[in-house]
Amino acid sequence: MAVSVSDTRTDVPASSSSSPSATLSAWGRIPEKGREVLSEDLERSTLGATLCRGLGRSYGDSSLPANAADRVVATRLANRIVSFDEQTGHLVGEAGVSLAELNRLFLPRQWFTPVTPGTKFVTLGGMVASDVHGKNHHREGCFGAHVQKLRVRLADESVIECSPEEHADLFYGMIGGMGLLGHILRVEFRMHRVPSRWIRAETERVRDLDEFLAGLGRTAPQWPMTMGWIDCLTSGSSMGRGILTAGRWATAEEAPALPPPDPKERTFPIELPNWALNPVTASLFNTAYYWRHMAHRWSGLMTPDAFFYPLDAILHWNRAYGPRGFTQYQCVLPRAAGAAAVREFMFLLTKLGGASPLCVIKDCGPQGQGVLSFPLEGTSIAVDMAVSPDLQRIVDNLNAFVIETGGRIYLTKDRFTRAEHFRAMEPRLAQFVALRDKWDPKRRFRSAQSVRLFGDAA
Amino acid sequence: MKAIIFGGTTGMGRAIARRLAERGDSVFLMGLDTDDLVRSAADLTERHPQRAEVGYAVCDLEKPDGFSAALDAADAFLGEFDAVIVTAAMYATQDALEADVDLVRRLVTVNYANTVVFCEHVRKRLLARGGGHLVVFSSVAGDRGRKPVAIYGSSKAGLSIYLEALDHKFNAAGLAVTCVKPGFVKTGMTAGLKPPPFAGEPDQVARDVVDAMDRRKPLVYTPGIWALVMLVIRSLPRFVMRKIGF
Ligand SMILES: Cc1cc2nc3c(=O)[nH]c(=O)nc-3n(C[C@H](O)[C@H](O)[C@H](O)COP(=O)(O)OP(=O)(O)OC[C@H]3O[C@@H](n4cnc5c(N)ncnc54)[C@H](O)[C@@H]3O)c2cc1C
Ligand SMILES: NC(=O)c1ccc[n+]([C@@H]2O[C@H](COP(=O)([O-])OP(=O)(O)OC[C@H]3O[C@@H](n4cnc5c(N)ncnc54)[C@H](OP(=O)(O)O)[C@@H]3O)[C@@H](O)[C@H]2O)c1
Repeated sequence: MAVSVSDTRTDVPASSSSSPSATLSAWGRIPEKGREVLSEDLERSTLGATLCRGLGRSYGDSSLPANAADRVVATRLANRIVSFDEQTGHLVGEAGVSLAELNRLFLPRQWFTPVTPGTKFVTLGGMVASDVHGKNHHREGCFGAHVQKLRVRLADESVIECSPEEHADLFYGMIGGMGLLGHILRVEFRMHRVPSRWIRAETERVRDLDEFLAGLGRTAPQWPMTMGWIDCLTSGSSMGRGILTAGRWATAEEAPALPPPDPKERTFPIELPNWALNPVTASLFNTAYYWRHMAHRWSGLMTPDAFFYPLDAILHWNRAYGPRGFTQYQCVLPRAAGAAAVREFMFLLTKLGGASPLCVIKDCGPQGQGVLSFPLEGTSIAVDMAVSPDLQRIVDNLNAFVIETGGRIYLTKDRFTRAEHFRAMEPRLAQFVALRDKWDPKRRFRSAQSVRLFGDAA
Repeated sequence: MKAIIFGGTTGMGRAIARRLAERGDSVFLMGLDTDDLVRSAADLTERHPQRAEVGYAVCDLEKPDGFSAALDAADAFLGEFDAVIVTAAMYATQDALEADVDLVRRLVTVNYANTVVFCEHVRKRLLARGGGHLVVFSSVAGDRGRKPVAIYGSSKAGLSIYLEALDHKFNAAGLAVTCVKPGFVKTGMTAGLKPPPFAGEPDQVARDVVDAMDRRKPLVYTPGIWALVMLVIRSLPRFVMRKIGF
């Protein structure tokens, strides 16, 4: 397929700006009616706003308006670095600063964000609001664990700062709070020193699920970063085959003298028809991907872009799912439920027909302090699914299973979970609602997702 | 390069200021609000390879009496600037303008009369020091009389002609003049409008403009495709222009 190559050194393509018919959508490309307000000046533009959104990289409806008339502020132009301390790595940035920009500016100086999600096209505000996790979750926790202070616009229009010392209840509510307690104007956190600009990685082809889970368990204590790609389209004895990846920053001695080349990004040129991604093409893709990894084990140096952001290499790859759009189902199953639960989940997924080329599995460390933060100690599984008439049934069934194991879903990816399922899987909900009662009693802050899951007025 | 960016706190001006600072040029900002200038200057310092301080002065296109003092401040900070980039301007929709003649007077004065006055101050200073570079943002809206931009477009048309003539007259004396004509670019200025096909991003414009400065090009359409779009629009006959909405 023809793909056009462009130098997108500093461009941060928005997932979707107000399209001609005045709809907004996030990464899953399922639109809602509404418009976004775009401005450099968040202190002014967030007055009266019900929701902020960053680059729309959340898959679900958390960044979409509850009502077409709502004032939704896009933060991506509010992207100034307020200060950076070269000695300590302490960085203060406006909420719209993107991770792509931080990497571009600071990686050459050997500073890197303590936690990165699998795409660099996210904003600081979005990283806090979703309390994002990365391949190093088992070591470093979520992004929120590294945040020192937030500057926030509250429901009564006042602007305050919160931190673990000051208004700590608000602070921990904002982390993973999906924008429902206030608008984040500025974020302060500590960047990490890295010894080089290269990643030392090891990848291993794994034959089945048991080997996979054992592999994750084995590599986690040794490697600061781990994750796995699972071919969830195979069944029987090779169910759960896949590729396990572990990595760490290369030492100065291991790293080549040359810095990594600038990534050349390609753009997925057209929207594929809905039928293009079907069980047959998906499993062809997976088989090819699996066997491309010829050697049983590979180890070597990788660029941070190839290691952290393989999907960013093709901009707008979400067009591959066709005009109906797609979602990602991501849940975490607690360690206590054991490997059996993961295996059962994979069986259920296959049985329900959640066919998908992309299934990512990750070992999570202990739960953080964000009141609604996603990870808990156990195994996180993320599967992309195209929208189809079956999707609601698949999500419902998976959710019922997740509730049984004591796990939960990741709000930033979610668009189809029912309120009663959400309540059943979220024992921390009452604590979050109490925070809303205190900081936003009139429920000014709301999103399409909060209408669906919290019962907010549309 | 020792560059002034008038309008460099937002939009395309911000993107250009960053590009220059990141490659190590000396930068001085002009704009309306001191706090905003301070924050933008700090952002640019963090991007500068030597973490060089970035200067600033308040300058309002509605107050031409202040132009000299702001340019003096820039000269004092930079030690005689050699490049000036003007992105500052006003925009209002045709509907808003038709409803308010005072807004019309302000917009036409800011975008044409006072911008020309500002450029004249700059021209004299640069010529006195043997030349330099003047880059001014006009618009594709100035290329053809069109319904949705009748008034805004006419202010930019006057500006384009002035810049073209400056180039003709003073190029030999060492003054490089670049007239920038952006097409639709997604900035705060156009936030309320529907983006047409070929809408650009500020970073893309900054790349084109800095490149045009390095090559001393007198005219840039950016994103480049708009040169073609405007060629077509300029050649449409009057009866068509009367019918269509753009
Ligand atoms: C390819 C891909 C890979 C991904 N990999 C991972 C991963 O590995 N780990 C992970 O954790 N996530 C991952 N994600 C999800 C992504 O990191 C989160 O959805 C992130 O929040 C998106 O950031 P954004 O700036 O685009 O925010 P948006 O998607 O625009 O918004 C997300 C949420 O943040 C809120 N928000 C945004 N800005 C503000 C603000 N200033 N104030 C208050 N609330 C705000 C919004 O209201 C919304 O609820 C991935 C996404 C993609 C597309
Ligand atoms: N965006 C487009 O599609 C487009 C298309 C063609 C041409 N242009 C031109 O490109 C240039 C840059 O625009 P942009 O899109 O980057 O928008 P922008 O970010 O809004 O830039 C305009 C700047 O001008 C400033 N300004 C307004 N009135 C002023 C005054 N009286 N004195 C001093 N400064 C004043 C604004 O300051 P405040 O923010 O503080 O008000 C703002 O910083 C403008 O000349 C515009 O006409 C834009």
